[in-house]
Amino acid sequence: MIPENIMNEPSWYESSARARINGLLDAGSFSEILGPQDKIMSPHLALFDLPPAFDDGMIIGRGLIDGRPVAVAAQEGQFMGGTFAEVSGAKLVGLLRSVASAAGTSQAVSTVVLLLDTGGVRLQEANAGEMAVSETIRAVLDVRRAGVPVVALIGGRAGAFGGGGLVTACCSHIVISEQGRISVSGPEVIETNKGVEEFDSHDRALVWRITGGRSRVLLGGADSYVKGDISSFRQTAAQARNSAPSLSLETLEREQERLEQRLSSYGDCRDTPEIWTLAGLPTPDKIADLTEDEFISLLAKGGRRHDAR
Amino acid sequence: MMPDNLLSALFPEGHMLSLGAENTFSGRAKSGGREVEVLGISGGTPLGPETAIILAGRVLGIVKSGSKAPIVFLIDTASQRMTRRDEMLGLNEYLAHLAKSIMLAGFEGHRTISVLYGTAAAGALIATALATQTMIAVDGAHPSVMDLPSIARVTKLSLDILTEKAKKTPVFAPGVEPLAATGAVTEIWSLSDGHCNERLSALLADEVTDGADIRDLLGASRGGRKVAAEVAKRVQEAFLQTIVSEKAR
Repeated sequence: MIPENIMNEPSWYESSARARINGLLDAGSFSEILGPQDKIMSPHLALFDLPPAFDDGMIIGRGLIDGRPVAVAAQEGQFMGGTFAEVSGAKLVGLLRSVASAAGTSQAVSTVVLLLDTGGVRLQEANAGEMAVSETIRAVLDVRRAGVPVVALIGGRAGAFGGGGLVTACCSHIVISEQGRISVSGPEVIETNKGVEEFDSHDRALVWRITGGRSRVLLGGADSYVKGDISSFRQTAAQARNSAPSLSLETLEREQERLEQRLSSYGDCRDTPEIWTLAGLPTPDKIADLTEDEFISLLAKGGRRHDAR
Repeated sequence: MMPDNLLSALFPEGHMLSLGAENTFSGRAKSGGREVEVLGISGGTPLGPETAIILAGRVLGIVKSGSKAPIVFLIDTASQRMTRRDEMLGLNEYLAHLAKSIMLAGFEGHRTISVLYGTAAAGALIATALATQTMIAVDGAHPSVMDLPSIARVTKLSLDILTEKAKKTPVFAPGVEPLAATGAVTEIWSLSDGHCNERLSALLADEVTDGADIRDLLGASRGGRKVAAEVAKRVQEAFLQTIVSEKAR
């Protein structure tokens, strides 16, 4: 899975949320808000005899990227699947509200960077998690309306599923790696509900063809594609703010047109190679086999660039 | 299929609605002498890209018209549609686009109210009813994140144990009351009491400026989400202190 040319670089996919933050921000610039020492933990996991975490799997704070102040939030996908829950969600919502109200003041940040790594809502606190997703979406839009871009970085093991998929698509700019996945219902959920012939969740190649980073960026569901090392994410996150669309009627009208077009062009397709064939891409069956450099050069020629999000 | 009982309870002054594709309907109605836009989904239809894009297009059309009329959403959907094809096409973008369009209408001065008269679950609930400023539940409403049997499967607990736990906390159980306790549902109305039209007119007259999202405060006061509002507030206080300490360095 990890391309050879970046074998020795720290991998986003393999790293913890804290390691990703450290690699993303200027050295020593991270100041965490409500960190583990504050022990703000889930009050609901004990009911299920599950161990809580001191940070509830959500790490938030301020820092610098190339000397510019940013707000950052990272989900730890290895704790309860990086899920949206009462405490983890409130930390994220609180951070976004802070950024919106600080916009234009001396306390403003230039960008919000969301390191999403999530299976969606935490089912043990499903209602609180669902509300957290809705409040996060509302707060993301408030930040964008205040003129601050929100950049999503997707490349963790848990992907961006369920409500996490919706939050991702509400951001101004989405950066993804080959390992990243974005979806609403996960393959296992679809298989459980509709049968293995609808979606075989054990067919990894199929799962990535449908939800994976290469397919998402080719179709326009993500905006920047990076190799899976932390420094590539850092470099792209630093530039992404320059091309972020504002949240306005005009932007959403363009998104409406973009999504209508996708549906009318590709609505009858069953698998992504059919889409790439219709789109006129060379080697539509071999997208997954391309090296990272080959894919990036294909993307430069045949990818969908848009600012309609 | 139009929800006739619901329409006559909400809009006895009259309405002009027409059926659209994918079990949607739309049009105008009168409430308290005021012209309102009405937009709906019926028949417990799972929310796929086609339905979402129709509803979003209608919302954006209303915003573009510049009327600033209130928008009432009548909702009987299901979960998001679960197919490989929909996920391949980027269902997350379609659902997010609908949520963004509804919230944009609120930002642009439209009063947005959803009336849930059937089911709505998971991503479909987020993209529709939870994207409005005020959510009302009436007879037949059944909001949920996931049904208990599915939660049982994921949490590897028996349905009996889960049902028992659901009595102790509203934090994960499906239904109107548990979701109202977390702040999702603003009011619960009964269609048969003859007052739904007055209640709706009162809500519409209530000039909500699209200010802060107070659903976490509502959840705290109702006891269904005791810590969220407090945690968010502590983050906001700490955010300001963080910059002070950066400057002191």
